[in-house]
Amino acid sequence: MSRVRVLVGTKKGAFVCTADGSRKDWKIEGPHFGGWEIYHVKGSPVDPNRLFASQSSGWFGQIVQRSDDGGKTWTPPGSSAEELKSPEGWPQGESNKFVYEGEAGTHRWYDGTPHPWEFKRVWHLEPSLTDPDTVFAGVEDAAMFRSQDGGRTWSELSGLRKHATGQDWQPGAGGMCLHTILIDPSAPDRMWVAISAAGCFRTEDGGVTWKSANKGLISEFMPVPDAEVGHCVHRIAQHGSRPNTLYMQKHWDVMRSDDAGDTWHEVSGNLPSDFGFPIDVHAHDPETVYVVPIKSDSEHYVPEGKLRVYRSRTGGNEWEALTNGLPQENCYVNILRDAMAVDSLDDCGIYFGTTGGQVYVSPDGGDHWSAIGEHFPSVLSVEVQTLAD
Amino acid sequence: MNSINNESSNETIARLGISSPERIDRFMIRVALPYHLRNLAQVGKEVELHVESPVCVATVLDALETAHPVLRGTIREHESHKRRAFLRFFAAGEDISLEPPDQALPASIVDGKEPLMVVGAIAGG
Repeated sequence: MSRVRVLVGTKKGAFVCTADGSRKDWKIEGPHFGGWEIYHVKGSPVDPNRLFASQSSGWFGQIVQRSDDGGKTWTPPGSSAEELKSPEGWPQGESNKFVYEGEAGTHRWYDGTPHPWEFKRVWHLEPSLTDPDTVFAGVEDAAMFRSQDGGRTWSELSGLRKHATGQDWQPGAGGMCLHTILIDPSAPDRMWVAISAAGCFRTEDGGVTWKSANKGLISEFMPVPDAEVGHCVHRIAQHGSRPNTLYMQKHWDVMRSDDAGDTWHEVSGNLPSDFGFPIDVHAHDPETVYVVPIKSDSEHYVPEGKLRVYRSRTGGNEWEALTNGLPQENCYVNILRDAMAVDSLDDCGIYFGTTGGQVYVSPDGGDHWSAIGEHFPSVLSVEVQTLAD
Repeated sequence: MNSINNESSNETIARLGISSPERIDRFMIRVALPYHLRNLAQVGKEVELHVESPVCVATVLDALETAHPVLRGTIREHESHKRRAFLRFFAAGEDISLEPPDQALPASIVDGKEPLMVVGAIAGG
């Protein structure tokens, strides 16, 4: 029987949860890196035992951790004395060193004034679809980095930050972060990223050059609501079999594109609120989409005290509430943008984690839910690996 | 500090009758790290480092990061070597965080009687 491994990043450490394909009985290991914020943990699709984690704190900054045994043990790659010297004895980069290429320059601060680009943390790690040593990092202040040596060293794909609009990007309340990276499985040099609060961008050449992909987005909080950039995109998702179709959860509005992000249209439909953070797509049906609405941009908790995942089987517009097994009273949690995932078992499993420390699983596409654990620290991210026996 | 008989480097120099320019200019410096950095570097409450003169925050941290490269970027910023904002340095009971990093450390640190303390000085979390 297949197994699943759920990788949970929380405000106080990482947890690795495993179960067989029934997804009923869970073994929970952790906390790894106890006391640190673990923004993201993700495994390589090429080598499922290779995991990368973003470990950070306001005190000590950023650490990249790597496991080569499925999360049992971890080491910061490129941080031993031996790894830090080339054969000639010259010092090499460190795995926690993210340096903007060239002159970092400025973006706009909250008050519109120029503000230096400053690295703060890694928000998202996206391992390559083809090479276990290649991994992309989305960081704050928004930029994209790539490692081609298993996380030992990082180089910026500076074409994104140097986009013509880069100097005008501004942070949202949570910082100016590149939080989502999608790789087209049919053409891995094509990628999309989402930045709060700049918007969505696409590359066709592996990250050398980028185009903005925000046409059709309307953000009423902006002086020019349909501007090229400035939209607070919370998350984008796609199904691998249909890479030109993208779904977006924005700061208000659920959106869809069928032309790889060239244009977007709203599919919020009958949602009780179209504000939220995560969005994901059923592993086997590109028209089945999941969101978790929260009440408003200032009330970051689910409406009416009811934890409800919403599913559309029509690619948006028509949404149904999924509640079986989820608390329906006195529940005031949020689900952050990287805290939802799907597995690829025949009966697709859906997973999400809450700011209240609960991690839920549905082994049947959302019809029924149960808790993997209810007392984790506040959950920042959830990823799941489907493992063959 | 001479780990054999706990005398200071200067006391060792005097006892052995060594005169300049043959003075020993390498010192064993103790550094106390905060809990999370001890875990990260997999070391105990204090580390001991050989530091060559001049003994100051900059050279002590140079030695620390050479001995434990995983700590690079965790106490001072990578490129600028500016102290990370939430950390403070204490020596001989004094907060020296705002002193220039090339300012000589007190004798009690140089002689190994006390550790240079790296402290996560901002509460919260």
